Amino acid sequence: MHSFIHHAKHLNSSRLFYLTSLLLLCFAKAAVAQNTPTISGGVGFLNSTNAGANFFQPVVSPVVVAPLGKDFLAESRFYFEEFVGRKNGTSGPYEGTFIKDTQYLQLDYLASSHLTVVGGRYLTPFGTYNERLAPIWIQKFQDAPLISAIGTRTTGSSDGGMIRGVLLSRPNAQVNYVGYFSASSSVSQFQAARAMGDRIEVYFPNKRIEIGTSYARFLQGTHNNSFGAHFWWLPPSSPLQVRSEYAHSEHAQGYWIETTYRLSQWRGPESFVGRIEPLFRMQQTFRNSPSPGDGLPAADTQQADFGLQYHLPHEVRVNTSYSRKFSSPNGTNGNANIWDMSITYRFLFPMWRGKE
Amino acid sequence: MKTLRAHERVCIARILLLSSSLLILGMAGLMAQAKAGGSQGSKPKEPATTSPDSDQDAEAGQKKFQANCSRCHDAPEQFSPRIAGTIVRHMRVRASLSAQDEKDILKFLAP
Repeated sequence: MHSFIHHAKHLNSSRLFYLTSLLLLCFAKAAVAQNTPTISGGVGFLNSTNAGANFFQPVVSPVVVAPLGKDFLAESRFYFEEFVGRKNGTSGPYEGTFIKDTQYLQLDYLASSHLTVVGGRYLTPFGTYNERLAPIWIQKFQDAPLISAIGTRTTGSSDGGMIRGVLLSRPNAQVNYVGYFSASSSVSQFQAARAMGDRIEVYFPNKRIEIGTSYARFLQGTHNNSFGAHFWWLPPSSPLQVRSEYAHSEHAQGYWIETTYRLSQWRGPESFVGRIEPLFRMQQTFRNSPSPGDGLPAADTQQADFGLQYHLPHEVRVNTSYSRKFSSPNGTNGNANIWDMSITYRFLFPMWRGKE
Repeated sequence: MKTLRAHERVCIARILLLSSSLLILGMAGLMAQAKAGGSQGSKPKEPATTSPDSDQDAEAGQKKFQANCSRCHDAPEQFSPRIAGTIVRHMRVRASLSAQDEKDILKFLAP
């Protein structure tokens, strides 16, 4: 056992990725026509200038999914990044740091139409950003919202068990639920905090409105609670998308509202203009009491993000954005301009030919 | 200075390694897609239907696809029908779909 833990501590993401892929290939060999395992994900090159400090980030994030028989599904996502920045922030030579992470590595058991039991490492289900909007091939803005650390400490992933599913599914209303418990882990690539929580959301498919609440209790060190609420509106007759989230923790709280509008009503989504999608996000955080470890700005912060996304053919996207941040008690220090630019490619392939 | 240069070399080597991995992954993907056969690719937006019943099924599936999957992301431009089941199963877990929703969306993606 000791030996196993010792070895596990030294496993890195790239080895895990190959190992997982190999295991899934072995187990999923009997896959039938439509259930060939897939490898998907995103590849990107990100550039950011934050208050004069310039960074480059080549990133690859593969997702491996393999159905195992009728009721099981194995899925995993990894993240590899070379973070290249100046040695002293805004001066000095450029140097790189390799970052690797196992974001999830889970086995899902589809117990019934309304219940899925998940075991392993999974994304912490608090709010909407961490689970649904964070992947580089989905995110609209390169930078995560300022409140994204609330409810998802310490790594955004949890190790343990989760139940999730749909309580009610009607043509005009849908109720989804998630409940989880995570154990504390300091094993490399599987770091997680001891925590528990839940999320309930109601979705109205005809109006395409979603309202939800999240709760998390941090169960190590000083125990504390986090609460969250989200509201999404994606009108069916328009390319407008409105997403928002509010989160509250013991020492800080905040919100973000994001609106996007793809100009697809101008000669269709494939036209030159129809591929353009202007973006806007407003966010604010409020500090209730000092807490250096909660991942939120140390002072009250307001930030406006203006972005432009261009959807190129073949699943390639170019994103650019400018953000203005105001963050200080006296209004002078901590204010910054943030310029982001990225190009991402989303891929989706069968892992082998499969049966017809 | 020497250490710095060595560090820079490591950094460049890592970037090269990552870039070549991306290139290989991309090429492997393109080859897999070519092998899967362009003519067999599914387009979620334009399902092929054969009878009025399957038309209705596909319509229900399309509605569910638009209501659930495209809440977070755009539909993939094209993919092989042999992975349609895997994609929908993945989405069932991610988007908390019911078994019926999974079935309907699968009928739309791979009629």
